Amino acid sequence: MAEMKTAAYICSGCGLGDQLDIAQLSKIAQKEGKMALVRNHEFLCNPEGVQIIRDDIEKEAVTHICIAACSRRAKTEAFNFPEVAMSRANLREGVIWIIAQGNEHDEVRQEMANDYVRMGCAEIKKMKLPQGNPNHANNKRILVVGGGVTGLTAALAAAETGYEVVLVEKNNQLGGWAAKMWKRVPFKQPYAEPQETGLVELVAKVSSHSRITVYLNSTVAETSGAPGRFNIKVAQESGSVTTEEVGAIVQASGFSSYDINKLPELGGGKSTNVVDQAGLEALACKAMDTPLKRADGKEIKSVVFIQCAGQRNEANPDHLPYCSGHCCATSVKQAMYFKNANPDVNTVVLYTDLRMPGMGEDFYRSAQDKGVIFTKGKASRVDTAGDACKVVFRDLILDEDAVIDAELVVLATGQVPNAGVDLEAWNPLVTAAESGSEEGKQKKVEMQKISVLNLNYRQGPDVPQLKHGFNDSHFICFPYETRRTGIYAAGSVRRPMDMLQATEDATGAALKAIQAVENASIGRAAHPRSGDLSFPSVRLEGCTQCKRCTVECPFGAIDEDEKRFPVFNESRCRRCGTCMGACPVRVISFENYSVDTVGNQIKAVDMPDEFSERPRILILACENDAYPALDMAGLQHHVYSAFVRAIPVRCLGSVNTIWITDALNSGFDGVMMMGCKHGENYQCHFVKGSELANYRMSKIDDTLKQLGLETERVATYEVAITDNARVAKLINEYAAKINEIGMSPMKGFN
Amino acid sequence: MTNPNQQGYTPYHNNFLKEVEQNVEDGTWVKMCMQCGVCAGSCPLGNAWEHTPQKIFMMIRAGKREEVLKSDSMWMCTSCYNCIARCPRKLPITHIMHGLAHYAHRLGLAPKGQPTREIAKLFWKNLVKTGRANELKFSLAMYFKDGFKQGIKNALGMQKVGIGLIKAKRLNPMEIFGGHKCKDKSGFQKMIAKAQEIENSKKTHIA
Repeated sequence: MAEMKTAAYICSGCGLGDQLDIAQLSKIAQKEGKMALVRNHEFLCNPEGVQIIRDDIEKEAVTHICIAACSRRAKTEAFNFPEVAMSRANLREGVIWIIAQGNEHDEVRQEMANDYVRMGCAEIKKMKLPQGNPNHANNKRILVVGGGVTGLTAALAAAETGYEVVLVEKNNQLGGWAAKMWKRVPFKQPYAEPQETGLVELVAKVSSHSRITVYLNSTVAETSGAPGRFNIKVAQESGSVTTEEVGAIVQASGFSSYDINKLPELGGGKSTNVVDQAGLEALACKAMDTPLKRADGKEIKSVVFIQCAGQRNEANPDHLPYCSGHCCATSVKQAMYFKNANPDVNTVVLYTDLRMPGMGEDFYRSAQDKGVIFTKGKASRVDTAGDACKVVFRDLILDEDAVIDAELVVLATGQVPNAGVDLEAWNPLVTAAESGSEEGKQKKVEMQKISVLNLNYRQGPDVPQLKHGFNDSHFICFPYETRRTGIYAAGSVRRPMDMLQATEDATGAALKAIQAVENASIGRAAHPRSGDLSFPSVRLEGCTQCKRCTVECPFGAIDEDEKRFPVFNESRCRRCGTCMGACPVRVISFENYSVDTVGNQIKAVDMPDEFSERPRILILACENDAYPALDMAGLQHHVYSAFVRAIPVRCLGSVNTIWITDALNSGFDGVMMMGCKHGENYQCHFVKGSELANYRMSKIDDTLKQLGLETERVATYEVAITDNARVAKLINEYAAKINEIGMSPMKGFN
Repeated sequence: MTNPNQQGYTPYHNNFLKEVEQNVEDGTWVKMCMQCGVCAGSCPLGNAWEHTPQKIFMMIRAGKREEVLKSDSMWMCTSCYNCIARCPRKLPITHIMHGLAHYAHRLGLAPKGQPTREIAKLFWKNLVKTGRANELKFSLAMYFKDGFKQGIKNALGMQKVGIGLIKAKRLNPMEIFGGHKCKDKSGFQKMIAKAQEIENSKKTHIA
């Protein structure tokens, strides 16, 4: 790369020129910021202003630019110069919009703007233009694990879009659970009758597709590599192992039905007259459209469906705590099997809350119209002694105990995800095995048998589980995106669902996989920093093999070599910078985001002395939620203290404690860290970043005491993107507190 | 026809629901209730009901024939139509309540001496005679329904109101002698008799 040539562009539009002394800002950029070129424009984001910058890049060979105008989140299309490194000084949302109007505030306003220009210039000098991940690979094939409805749909969707697909199914035929169903819950108008599954056609399409390779009777014996270059060992039942290269993986390993034998009180496993929903499908498949018969051949004249059997039960740890979502509609469908073959059959659905998502309400009405009796009640016991079962339950509407006679009882048991190894249980075994415990080694081997992907990652053989054993990283915000880049969970392994939802899931995950292989092939990051060309690099000479980066990386991107040095798999990385925040010796950095780019900004702030009555508060704000909230506070003209200086960070997880000590040492009176909600129902875009930051900061009190400072001088906050009014309030409260504690005694030493 | 009053009913099986569907006005709607309870919450006389409409629908499905038909709940309905207006499933609840009351009456299961039922009976008797409602005779019949002595007491108690009505020309004392009638009385009575005949031929009738 050619020599660095810097330039600063100061905009005077949007009222900046009216409220700020632009000449003074230019002088600061030139003298203190040491920018080679400084230009002003009254409307920098219009074509004329943009052209000035473009001309400088072309004719003056400018390589690093600092734009002092609006927030880095605004006008991103106008200020799009991918060929140079760029920093943005936020004078609009960050200064003039958050300080009250009037001449009496001129001084603090100008001071704040001056500092942001200083910071922008300081940052750009430490930045490099990201070059893209050099270790990228461009295999664009997609592996689909599981040949059920989800897997088949994902495979077909990816193949039809033009990508080659490898489908691995452990059974000897495709179709999964759906192949064992007689009909499915309706997904088309008028949502009144069970519909054909359409599975035969789907299987035929997949089997004959030229871009899909199907492995039956096969499992994934090992997965290594990274997006764009996964190496898969497919083990067949015969014992032969085939190696496949793929770029991304869709995990559609589905669910197992909750074991009916765990429900003896409801007759589970005690009699063939008590079946689960899968058992009833088998009877229906046998009967076709004729009246259903029991296992003993007797035609069924009365049937009771018991909903939520072994589900939604927090009290009993052996049962499932969650709702499996599909069972109500499935029972309604199965009751219709009976009513459609013989309207005189007595069908009772015993529910506590009938949950019919989607267009299920129409389907429910249709079943009522057919005479299916719905009873709100809770079954406590099923007696299977006689020819007919006796269902003992509490009628919750009539508020009394009651008994129903039924020749067949169907238990609506839930879905248990086939999610592989639970890493929470796995890691202690690894530690035990590493310390030489034979038992630990054995248990580890035993546990790995249920693994779906057999990843050879440092952080374990499967993708992490979110809740109740489901493979997801966030049910609402980031569906399909597991915490392993390039591996996407879809269908009922991700969360409990029905066939229609599984179909939608499959296409969604297929699109994510396509996005991943395309980004990986050109060395760019996948979501959520989609398109980011920067990547973490490590100066191994300085590394002390402490393993904090390899352990803390939320995405398992970093492995270890034999000497326990970190091995970065850039393609697996999401660019959150958690490793950079973790590193105690600060050897990890990104080209455009490093300990220095932020550290330099902190040091660039002009620090008034102890007696000036003008404290300085540093805000480190997560760029995903907190920084937008600050911008929005500006947009809505919420006034907040002019003594703060905000720096956006990729994630609070990337905050290295050196920044805090640097800030306090250079005389900042307080540090506010703003990140996303962590813990249960977290909102962190990098899953663990804010949690880790919070953990690290809980240990900073000792450091503060060593420095002789009050512990209140560092504070962490959870800020959501909608918290624009609150964020201004938080700042003002914190500024008042700093005022109370008094100015930092650390000023004036640097 | 077999006497439904003597049939066996299995709890939560379809038989009573089917009987209701076949014999009760708008009875086919009972199965469509989704047990939300809006009707029960909307009824201005809800406190007076032994079983709310919601519960009656559930009891029908649970096969509680005796309890439903012998109940005086549906006789409490004042036809305010709040429940119909609010039912999210559009059940004609008011009509079903009257249908159930009517069916219980026909089967001879309706509670004896239930005031609403007595008024209904007296009103019908009064009306079909001339084709016009005779208010004076109707009031008197009401006063004397529990015996002569009570009747005198009732009449004296209402004396002031009665005189007031006469003064305001809202009540004609001459009505006591036959009163006004419709133009074609015998035609009207024939019509009623025919309707009764059709009704009887259609439905189970025991009482």
